[in-house]
Amino acid sequence: MTAQSGRNGTFWFFKGVRGIASLPAIILMSAFVGFCGFAVEAGIPFGQTVFMTGMIWALPAKVLLVGSILAGASLPAAFLTVALSSIRLMPMVAALIPEIRTAKTPTWLLLLLSHFVAITAYVFTMERIRDVPREHRVAFFAGFGMTVTTANIVLVAVIYSTVASLPALLAGGLFFLTPVYFLTSIWASTRDRAGRIAMLVGLALGPAFHQVAPEFDILYAGLAGGTLAFLADRALKARAERS
Amino acid sequence: MIGYETFEAWWWPYVFIAIAGWVATDMWRWLGVLVGNRLKQDSAALTWVRAVATALVAAVIAKLILYPTGALEDAPVALRVAAAGIGFAAFLMLGKRIWVGISVALSLLIGGQMLMGL
Repeated sequence: MTAQSGRNGTFWFFKGVRGIASLPAIILMSAFVGFCGFAVEAGIPFGQTVFMTGMIWALPAKVLLVGSILAGASLPAAFLTVALSSIRLMPMVAALIPEIRTAKTPTWLLLLLSHFVAITAYVFTMERIRDVPREHRVAFFAGFGMTVTTANIVLVAVIYSTVASLPALLAGGLFFLTPVYFLTSIWASTRDRAGRIAMLVGLALGPAFHQVAPEFDILYAGLAGGTLAFLADRALKARAERS
Repeated sequence: MIGYETFEAWWWPYVFIAIAGWVATDMWRWLGVLVGNRLKQDSAALTWVRAVATALVAAVIAKLILYPTGALEDAPVALRVAAAGIGFAAFLMLGKRIWVGISVALSLLIGGQMLMGL
């Protein structure tokens, strides 16, 4: 039995590894080509660009960090900009954990693996996790997360010296890939009504709060939008139950 | 104030990136693990957390389109919004295929810029 589940664990790990050939992973790699071009243009040296790719991993956070460096921001200011834009990682990881862990999964392992959570890993895992036996979900996620992160570190290292010659139109298109990919993939992986309302409200509230409180716009839009969507979903549910 | 170029040492930019980049992102992931460990599947709290996560991402999406960095700044804002909107509509109408939405949005953005001679 132990040997059997051991083999299964490896099987599911490699099932996750094979996710590198999925559409979300391929789109993410294209977006990383765009990021690498941006880093080169901003004058970030090779070693630091590769270091960032592995250490930060979330794409919008890296773009903001490079933007902060370009603008000559101080360390606290850069930290605040990146931290505020990355708050989404907290509820994202919090939503993912109950789906993949078992009662026996050690917390240190989850802390370690949480580094590989970004939008792509979230979308990929949420879409496929129901077909993975619960005891192998952590292995499946680890296989995918580690492979995609490593692949993009290698990709950035390999293309760094040649990417500068990208035509501006193509570079702009690669930057456009990230928001459009987020928009469609988050919608496709959100099955509950509360999530879909949250998506629409968040899209509207992001720019709205940007006018009022540009430094905290994402935080406010997320908390207000998410709570509004949650309450709207409850109200709709209560009304459906009454009638 | 201490910044990216404050110290000459080769390792300083790495420290800068580690603090302003790595700690600033991974602290949320670690907090997420601690919160997620207490959440029960199918609970109301989990629904709320998921809704907040989705709204946060939506706000990031809107900002990436409206206030972009890098080469995307060259495209007019109306073109960026239209390309994303029509791409999303195509995605919804043509069987929710992600590649459909992305191809439509990208073609409109690049085609539109070529037409405008940018």
